[in-house]
Amino acid sequence: MSTTAEAAIALRKTALNRVHRQMGAKMVDFGGWEMPIEYPSSPCGPGGLMKEHLAVRTAAGVFDVSHMGDIRVSGTQALAAAQHISMNDASRLAIGQAHYSAMLYPEGTFVDDVIVHRLGESDYLLVINAGTREKDWDWVRDNVRKFACKPHDLSDEFTQLAVQGPRAADVLRKLTDADVSSVRNYGFTHGSVCGLKSVLIARTGYTGEDGFEIYVPSDQATSERVWSDVLEAGREFGILPCGLGARNTLRLEAKMALYGHEISESINVWEAGLERYCKMEKGDFIGRASLEKLKASGLKRTLVGLEARERGIPRDGYPVQDETGKDIGYVTSGSYAPYLKKNIALAYVPPEFSAVGSVVCAAVRGQRVKCEVVPTPFYRRPKKI
Amino acid sequence: MADYPKELKYTKEHEWVKIDGANATVGITDFAQQALGDIVYVELPKIGDAVEKGKTFGTVESVKSVSDMYAPISGKVAAVNAELIAAPEKINSDPHGSWLIRLQLKDAAEAADLLTADAYEKFVAEEGEQH
Repeated sequence: MSTTAEAAIALRKTALNRVHRQMGAKMVDFGGWEMPIEYPSSPCGPGGLMKEHLAVRTAAGVFDVSHMGDIRVSGTQALAAAQHISMNDASRLAIGQAHYSAMLYPEGTFVDDVIVHRLGESDYLLVINAGTREKDWDWVRDNVRKFACKPHDLSDEFTQLAVQGPRAADVLRKLTDADVSSVRNYGFTHGSVCGLKSVLIARTGYTGEDGFEIYVPSDQATSERVWSDVLEAGREFGILPCGLGARNTLRLEAKMALYGHEISESINVWEAGLERYCKMEKGDFIGRASLEKLKASGLKRTLVGLEARERGIPRDGYPVQDETGKDIGYVTSGSYAPYLKKNIALAYVPPEFSAVGSVVCAAVRGQRVKCEVVPTPFYRRPKKI
Repeated sequence: MADYPKELKYTKEHEWVKIDGANATVGITDFAQQALGDIVYVELPKIGDAVEKGKTFGTVESVKSVSDMYAPISGKVAAVNAELIAAPEKINSDPHGSWLIRLQLKDAAEAADLLTADAYEKFVAEEGEQH
């Protein structure tokens, strides 16, 4: 077994960095941020990626996702600006609603994916990825210039916590005066949380589970207090602090895209299978013209879900081959799936290999591992009764 | 803090070895399993394969990473622990009791290069400080 020593570079830290270390988290570099990947033995009990993943599927987990960026766009033409830079139809959002969308390059490929929240009449909040924060900010600032609105980079203002799992609502209820039950999936409200006034509470997440994301002031004292209050409130439900390791396997089971993997500056919307969130009929937006052409010219590759049928874990970047051993595509994300207890992957393959039941091989370090194309998402949370 | 049994020898690549005359049993250390996290897969050599000191003899995978395992000593594979194929998580719960392979040694003198428990413990303590 070998371990690699990483060069010491200045990593950015969230306001909860000290707490993560105190809780014994293993810290890693994620997009330039020093973030917890797992908490092997936190004061909440034995953890580690697998237990954290299962806690979110069966009880509750809390993630520090303060590395995510936040851009507010407000002003009389904020809607027109949002429509121009993002592919979903923001005109359909009522105040208090959010949706999944993406910002595209003129080529129809991804600048980033984004959750768009409509905060007010002409007031939108875009929540973006950590690794693309600077690029996204530049992109938004430059492309909303011709509209009567102002973009604000609020990324450093918030500590963002994701409370996820079937008991997430029970945890939140103990901490807020807001009526969390009335907040629908991808809806949000403002309420007091841990004594803080007017906190954004959104029923969003990146785990495939019910859950909330809360945005509190990013000073260290407030952040640490809210973190510990959430853990305390969640104790009776079996909450665990969760790291980016579980976040990745949870989103993979739920087939949620990760920038740089399923979506990137060289992958277009049709390939990624995100047409549900791309509203061509809403009018023009950046990337639309190319998407029109790409649609007419047909797909060269498409994202599929694979399940290994032989021993071996198809992982990020591994080639996908046909039965003759010819490379036909590649794995974008692959892992052992802790809840499903299977080895699963997302991969780009030519459309002729994309039908459910098709058999392909993943080249796992020189060994060919047979995989079957399966329906996605791999995991869908049970409907509430 | 991990407990490193005195009767075992260790390598800087975080394998343990139990030498028994002309035979050796090999596993990975508690430090290794902690660094890896939840182990979900092991790939082991076949009985009869020759392994060479310092060369990779198999892989161990946690949910998030893949690591090669390096032979602490040269020899021929006499047995593999097939139980770990079905239950690799045993390496996490009992690293020094979960052997991976048994070797028929090529040159027992190679064992002189292995670390004692004390030396290994000192080595991992220094490694830990770098993080």
